[in-house]
Amino acid sequence: MRDHKRPLPLTIEDHLSPSPGQKLTRRQVLKSALAVVGASMLMPFTPAFALSQESGTTPPDPTRIVGSVPSEIGSRSPFEHPHRHVFKPLPSSWSMTPLEDLYGIITPSDLHFERHHGGIAEVDPHRYKLLIHGMVEREMVFTLNDLKRFPAQSRICFIECSGNGSAGYYTDTMPTHITPGELDGLTSTSEWTGVPLELLFREVGIQPGASWFLAEGGDAAVMTRSIPLEKAYEDAMIVYAQNGEALRPAQGYPARLLLPGWEGNTQIKWIRRIEVADRPFMTREETAKYTDPLGNGTARMFSFVMDAKSIITFPAYPAVLPDKGWWEIRGIAWSGRGKIVRVDISTDGGKQWFPAELQQPVLPKCHTRFRAVWKWNGKQAYLMSRAMDETGYVQPTLQQLIAARGPATYYHTNNIRAWKVKQTGEAVFGLGDLI
Amino acid sequence: MMTGQNSVCKQMPNSVKGFLPLLLLSALLISCTHQVVKDSLPVKDAASVKGTSTSRGTKLPARFGVGRMATAEEVRAWNIDVMPDGTGLPPGSGTVDQGEKIYRVKCAACHGATGVEGPFDRLVGRDWGKNFDFGINRHLTKTIGNYWQYATTLYDFIHRAMPQNAPGSLKPDEVYSLVAYLLYRNQIIQRDEVMDAQSLPEVVMPAHGRFVPDDRKGGPEVR
Repeated sequence: MRDHKRPLPLTIEDHLSPSPGQKLTRRQVLKSALAVVGASMLMPFTPAFALSQESGTTPPDPTRIVGSVPSEIGSRSPFEHPHRHVFKPLPSSWSMTPLEDLYGIITPSDLHFERHHGGIAEVDPHRYKLLIHGMVEREMVFTLNDLKRFPAQSRICFIECSGNGSAGYYTDTMPTHITPGELDGLTSTSEWTGVPLELLFREVGIQPGASWFLAEGGDAAVMTRSIPLEKAYEDAMIVYAQNGEALRPAQGYPARLLLPGWEGNTQIKWIRRIEVADRPFMTREETAKYTDPLGNGTARMFSFVMDAKSIITFPAYPAVLPDKGWWEIRGIAWSGRGKIVRVDISTDGGKQWFPAELQQPVLPKCHTRFRAVWKWNGKQAYLMSRAMDETGYVQPTLQQLIAARGPATYYHTNNIRAWKVKQTGEAVFGLGDLI
Repeated sequence: MMTGQNSVCKQMPNSVKGFLPLLLLSALLISCTHQVVKDSLPVKDAASVKGTSTSRGTKLPARFGVGRMATAEEVRAWNIDVMPDGTGLPPGSGTVDQGEKIYRVKCAACHGATGVEGPFDRLVGRDWGKNFDFGINRHLTKTIGNYWQYATTLYDFIHRAMPQNAPGSLKPDEVYSLVAYLLYRNQIIQRDEVMDAQSLPEVVMPAHGRFVPDDRKGGPEVR
């Protein structure tokens, strides 16, 4: 039952031309909703929310035929086929979450994005061990059961690859027919469960003077990153569970490092070793790869934190709005520095902005669902979203970001996106028109 | 790898005393950058962060008695990282000629006959435009010669991850040889130079000093 004390969400029109003390009445909203439902009854499979297959094999009347029995492992409806976009089937490659097909903020575990450098390691949990050594009082080894024995914590937060969204940065190659997932799908949100790294560091004892640690994976890349010790005492975890069950192999089974808000590469999967030291190790990933060239003859190192970003996931390519009238603009926003406090929406390419509704609870360093009710007048529109986080940082325009970094930088390209809704109702990526 | 608490400074072997001036200059350059990176980053040492543990720390025991001590052999087997000052480099050595032979057999198929042809990562090249122009020119390709900061990282990475179809299979002499060959092809060392645990950390890479710490802080400024 709706809480009648809480006002119904305002529409975009309300924001653009508000009447004093205006609130939508329940009657007004119901009238609009009935109009939408009525229209959809004429067109049962609206392209806007297209399903993956047409009717065919289902019984015409399910009340007349007994259904299937319970099973050990559930499955999706045959009408639903969300899938990742795989870049290349190579050991060093990635796959992207289909953001446009998801609801809420949780990414189903089998749709979590991937980025591997040496393929997905196959690790026997019975033989797994985590070695912690270096500037410690006691060099120790922990089995998976040891890790699970420590006091545990759960946290819902995002992981994002720092290379996410690079296709939306370069002015000479702006795409149009690209889905939100293909553009920004190197980010996912899960509930992670594991042991705070701080507790493991207390167990081994950290020597005075220590200030960094090396995290090393047990995959074929034997991936290594240096992490400031401070992060261990902030919110780092060794996690072994993802959305209520064991970590997936593609996300680092049986245990990975979780560094909320930091670039994905630092969150070492299949973690096998931690070495505590008093300086960074200068691994290949943090010197030759995950560095951000700037326009002034230098390149940035150790750019750990993911800045605030947002993307509209509907309407977006390949959705087609079959009808003008009431629609809801939807998307996700997130920041590695804490909570999203505001997401602004524009439908005219950035001239006017108004706030979207944020789905509560808003969690720090976590995907946040935003929604804005919109009455489309059938004319061409450019839909944009702009996130602000709790530090006061505002998601920058492409122009602002180019000015700060240079036109050819790589990584951490979190500029505002734009979707063009044509008069035909087709939505395409439209940032190229606005630069 | 760290060899205990006092690995920051090492004794200079007699064999490198002849190169002492160059050694000192290189060491100074390397340690200066380390200091810049270390001091510029907001990192606390263990003593100062312990006080910031969460409230639950007051109810939990200092230690749970879970896990076991690692054996020296376990640490030795996995402690494969190489630091910029050379800590972690094993005994062994390699020449450019030896490296060329190994490269042809184990590397050329992915990185190209001369290190530029692909199909995978380009390894050879010194072009960085006018002034390390990677932020303004998308057509520049990052290579060992124009982007890598430390030659020791080359050893670390090749040993742990290459070749991709047989990672960790190369012996120390082979890795030193490949490193020598790639440094030579990138015009960083001479053809007759031998790479080993003493000479490798002394190599100064062209991109060294081009990297700056992250100065983004959130807030209203876009950096």
